[in-house]
Amino acid sequence: MLKQTEGSRAVAEAVALSRPEVICAYPISPQTHIVEALGELVKDGSLTPCEFINVESEFAAMSVAIGASAAGARAYTATASQGLLFMAEAVYNASGLGLPIVMTVANRAIGAPINIWNDHSDSMSQRDCGWIQLFAETNQEALDLHIQAFKLAEEMSLPVMVCMDGFILTHAYERVDMPTQAQVDAFLPPYVPRQVLDPAEPVSIGAMVGPEAFTEVRYLAHARQMRALERIPQIAAEFQAQFGRDSGGLLHTYRCDDAHTIVVALGSVLGTIKDTVDAMRDDGERIGVLGITSFRPFPLAAVREALVHAERVVVLEKSFSVGLGGILANDVRMAMSGTRRNGYTVIAGLGGRAITQASLQRIFTEAIADTLEPLTFLDMDWKVVERQLERERSGERTGPAAESILRDVGAVASRVS
Amino acid sequence: MFQIRIHGRGGQGVVTGAEMLSIAAFEQGRHAQAFPSFGSERTGAPVVAFCRIADREIRLREPVMAPDALIIQDPTLLHQVDVFQGLQPEGYVLINSTRSFDELGVGEFVQRFRRERLCNVPASEIAQRHVGRPLPNAALLGGFAAISGLITLDAVAHAIRDKFSGKVAEGNVAAATEAFEYVTREMEELSHAQAD
Repeated sequence: MLKQTEGSRAVAEAVALSRPEVICAYPISPQTHIVEALGELVKDGSLTPCEFINVESEFAAMSVAIGASAAGARAYTATASQGLLFMAEAVYNASGLGLPIVMTVANRAIGAPINIWNDHSDSMSQRDCGWIQLFAETNQEALDLHIQAFKLAEEMSLPVMVCMDGFILTHAYERVDMPTQAQVDAFLPPYVPRQVLDPAEPVSIGAMVGPEAFTEVRYLAHARQMRALERIPQIAAEFQAQFGRDSGGLLHTYRCDDAHTIVVALGSVLGTIKDTVDAMRDDGERIGVLGITSFRPFPLAAVREALVHAERVVVLEKSFSVGLGGILANDVRMAMSGTRRNGYTVIAGLGGRAITQASLQRIFTEAIADTLEPLTFLDMDWKVVERQLERERSGERTGPAAESILRDVGAVASRVS
Repeated sequence: MFQIRIHGRGGQGVVTGAEMLSIAAFEQGRHAQAFPSFGSERTGAPVVAFCRIADREIRLREPVMAPDALIIQDPTLLHQVDVFQGLQPEGYVLINSTRSFDELGVGEFVQRFRRERLCNVPASEIAQRHVGRPLPNAALLGGFAAISGLITLDAVAHAIRDKFSGKVAEGNVAAATEAFEYVTREMEELSHAQAD
């Protein structure tokens, strides 16, 4: 049924339709509305049987999800930003133990400096944790990916993170097509755990493994992710057969067929990029877009196939590896290894800076002219940076950098955007 | 695509106003997107929310920088925030105030725009009467339906009932209706004055 609703509400309803049996919740903006809505659905009896457990921290949220999943329950939680960092140890345990927990990460920056706005730093910090990481472009896709995530997680016996842009998606009202319970039930079978803590048939889960077998156990996690690379497109096809929507999969190409330039990105910024690309296509530029849905496992072969005919690749990402540059760009470069083409990394939208069509068009035009720097920061205020560098060169006690820069930038309350 | 920017202060229902506007547009079969300007919301601090309405899927996620319409929930913002930033020459402006544009100190400025697309409506007073609290968002949507014709009063009422229930919903529907009638009357008087 079509409805106009908030992204968080849509995700909460999709999670409820997936019949989770345990939801552990600790609030942190911007995911709070999701678990609040689920809490209401459990309380009013519309999501049953399901235990909603208020925990004392994110570390506890993931620990309870691990316990619930090991006991054979379909378990769900959500977090963001510092919350994800605080649960990091348990995040690694969930994947290491092969427990199919589904978690929403409502993407948000990580401090310091303190920042509550959107970027991808949080989930990127857990890039190597062994979870499958799927990125949603729209609220419809976020909703759809959650339903697919439970199926994928349980088949692979691996946890899945559904990453959706905090605020930009979670707090946006837009049209979504909400499936029926019967449709979801036909797509998503009840959870049959591969391992379960059962007093009738006691086992232990979580053995200590020494050097004699640690590599082998870790490799098996990789092998499962490589199998997921095959299953993700199949599940997307099964989803399309049941729900009639092309959601999920490894990646999506847009106007790439004859493109000399292809822009690669994750998440909701793809919409603004597509509008920009349409405008540039109208002006005769041969430019296309590659949106990556499955960031882990990373579809090296599919990315290579999508990009191999382009002359240049622009990776635009809301994440930044200090001391290196792009994170997604690095993976794309690996996919293209052995080939020769111009590659550009554009770091954009950090800490919630708006990514505008005008700025994108400017940067893509520079890329097409091959005048773009290999590593570029969209809309960077270099004057502010230079002023601080100058202070630091003075060698005196310059004080905290963030505070100095805020004084230079001045009041922002009067600005509209 | 039609883009609306709503300015107000934390606690005035700015974000809810944009959300209800998107629901009203959806109700009329349009695509709509509403989102707030994100930040650390505090009661009384300037807040901005956005709504886009179109006949196809809306993919653009940037803030509304060149609005086709402005709804100003708090006239004290007029001289604090650059609320008119990017307003299109053909744009609509609806201000929550009992005072005239001249009295608000923007009389000269608004002459750049089409007079029949500008209106002040005492939305807080209307809301106070019907809802018991001076929350102007729903009333302003009624006024916006009247001045722009972009959405119907029925769709606004539906959106209000989608977000609220019971007495609060009905009070807000009554406020929206009164504001709709107020703005319709103002527009008629203006068109008569212009005809004379």
